[in-house]
Amino acid sequence: MAKIRVVHYINQFFAGIGGEDKADITPQSRNGAAGPGLAFAKEFGDAAEIVGTVICGDSYYAENIKTAQTEILKLIAAFEPDAVITGPAFNAGRYGTAAGGVAEAVTKTLGIPAISGMYHENPGADLFKKSVFIAPVSDSARGIKTAVPAMTKLLLRVIETKGNPGSPEDAGYIPRGVRVNIFNEKTGAERAVEMLVKKLNGEEYETEYPMPEFDRVKPGDAVTDMKNATIALVTSGGIVPKGNPDHIEASSAMKYGKYEMESVHSADSANFATAHGGYDPTYANADPNRVLPVDTMRTMEKEGVFKKLYKYFYTTVGNGTSIANAKKFGLEIGAELKKDGVDAVILTST
Amino acid sequence: MKLELERAKVKNIVWGETTALLPDGTLRICKEDLLEAAADRVCFKSIGAELARPGESVRICPVKDVIEPRCKTEGQGQVFPGMLSGVETVGSGKTFVLSGAAVVTCGRIVGFQEGIIDMQGTGADYTPFSKTMNAVLVIEPNDGIEPHEYEKACRMAGLRAAYFIASSVWKAGASVSETEVYELPSFTESAKSFPDLPKVVYIYMLQTQGLLHDTYVYGVDAKKMLPTFIHPNETMDGAVISGNCVSACDKNSTYIHLNNPVIKSLYEHHGKDLNFVGVIITNENVTLADKQRSSSYTAKLAAMLGADGAVVSEEGFGNPDADLILNCRKLEKCGIKTTLITDEYAGRDGASQSLADASPLADAVVTAGNANMIVRLPKQDRLIGFDDYIDVLSGGFDGSLHEDGSIEVELQAITGATCELGFGKLGGRTW
Repeated sequence: MAKIRVVHYINQFFAGIGGEDKADITPQSRNGAAGPGLAFAKEFGDAAEIVGTVICGDSYYAENIKTAQTEILKLIAAFEPDAVITGPAFNAGRYGTAAGGVAEAVTKTLGIPAISGMYHENPGADLFKKSVFIAPVSDSARGIKTAVPAMTKLLLRVIETKGNPGSPEDAGYIPRGVRVNIFNEKTGAERAVEMLVKKLNGEEYETEYPMPEFDRVKPGDAVTDMKNATIALVTSGGIVPKGNPDHIEASSAMKYGKYEMESVHSADSANFATAHGGYDPTYANADPNRVLPVDTMRTMEKEGVFKKLYKYFYTTVGNGTSIANAKKFGLEIGAELKKDGVDAVILTST
Repeated sequence: MKLELERAKVKNIVWGETTALLPDGTLRICKEDLLEAAADRVCFKSIGAELARPGESVRICPVKDVIEPRCKTEGQGQVFPGMLSGVETVGSGKTFVLSGAAVVTCGRIVGFQEGIIDMQGTGADYTPFSKTMNAVLVIEPNDGIEPHEYEKACRMAGLRAAYFIASSVWKAGASVSETEVYELPSFTESAKSFPDLPKVVYIYMLQTQGLLHDTYVYGVDAKKMLPTFIHPNETMDGAVISGNCVSACDKNSTYIHLNNPVIKSLYEHHGKDLNFVGVIITNENVTLADKQRSSSYTAKLAAMLGADGAVVSEEGFGNPDADLILNCRKLEKCGIKTTLITDEYAGRDGASQSLADASPLADAVVTAGNANMIVRLPKQDRLIGFDDYIDVLSGGFDGSLHEDGSIEVELQAITGATCELGFGKLGGRTW
């Protein structure tokens, strides 16, 4: 079997170019291994080889993330690698951020595996552990001897398993904080009763779902000048132009829609329907105003209760939709509304 | 109250002249008689029946409900009280069970709120009903029938079919292979029976979000009830049945209500390391006042029983997560130690928060897995039902149904995959 072609990404310091004074150097590449890459080359044995090393100054990367990434990816791709290894960054924060960012970009853009190594408190670990497999290493370069075999093992395992290396304990990476499904030996009911018995007896037990810190949003201040306010309608009730042009999912929505309604006086059943899969749509489809109250809003607009109904409405399906997606939609929609001078939003659900 | 479940094992299923259980464990069903029992001339344009056995290359879709064939042979009342029979109290005497068999109802009721059962391949690993010998009713409604009428007609057809099969087999002279005895005394007696063991109550949350998200207790729509006590044996005779069309993975089909695994497990532990004192059924209504009232009432009933601990099971997700957490908080504040059974909606990448509510008091949680996980289901040679709804099933998405007949869906679309009564072995971990 041919050796796996690996490109190694390191910073100016580990490349031996210099310390802080050289942290602004632009991306450059060298053939073969350099710095800690020599130890990797040895550890790889017959399994893999370092075909090239790409180097970038930490400050340059931090100050020009987008350009730096593009340049680095171009240099990496030129070696036609099968995989990429970045770091180890130990506890160096800017280096960790770069090593994580490069590994993430490689996976996403080049579609090849990329792993890194960092101390678990490195800010780069926190930023990228969800998208990059990061081997836990010690907090300083003194730990290079253990870091190299740990990262090598992780890299080979990620390649072998096509990106599904198994549990953090088995594969040796910093837990990514993602939920995965596994089959247990016992049924859920048996586990629940056994857990209760332990809890009642004051014995140790392990919850299967540690409760997160819940993200609660403080409601905004009340609108003081309604007469001059522009109000927007946003719904998670799934009302869309008939035919659901953007194919918003019936549940677990991956997207939201934004639709013009300047000329709409009522969300009538001829032109609107719900895409929501979490409730009986009979009543919503008979009169979509029940979920997206355009008719009432137009009447109130005419009466001068408020100045203007915003010209678009935003809609998604709040059925099994992950909190991460909901938060993303909310932030994006909020930013657009704010930019357009909307004063308040009526958010309807189901 | 004492109930004997007399089980006959079903190892195969075939059509035949008459309905009976053959000595080799083959369930023979007379198709004409079955269709006659299930028929509804007002609501159904057509009703067909097909068989599906474990390991066969068969996909059943869209699945509404699954029911285990049972009938009472001794004691008060008949199975599915308030639905098929009168409303006498059930749960005592003897009940005949065709273990390993199931009636599956299949129809396009809400379209996107029915599920998939694959009898082999990846999908079969996730649904409990790939392991049962299934008689599937495929039902199309008459024109002009409203979804709620169609739902009710399908629900009743399934119950009638299950009762028909069990009672016909019993009349034909089936032999019982296994008898299980379930007995719990009155509260006062049970409190005295094991004075050194912690008293445990089961909080059984029923899906009652309304508009086809309903559960029935002795025929009563559970969203209209206050939380109340029920004897665990009553559930084995079908006092609680499913009438809902929600995401398939975590709705409790009637089969699961009949075989409630929490009740089974509490009975197994009873007298050993806990004292199982009773079951409280409560609902998951949509208004805040209802949620507050039901959770307060539930905690109060548990306290009245003198419970030391409680297992709480959920049905559905999102909105009912609020009921789950309210129940937990109020029980814990009464000093009742609580474990919860739920499932998760952590996103396809598993990176999102799993529940729509949270509390630090919910420190003992069992999960039935992340329903957003994507699974690829290989093509099956035979389809029972209709595949024109797969893209819009809850858990399906644009392009779910591929040209080669394989489908890519969230686990959510698979019937019973993340059952929150803890019927299956699937769970979740943080990696």
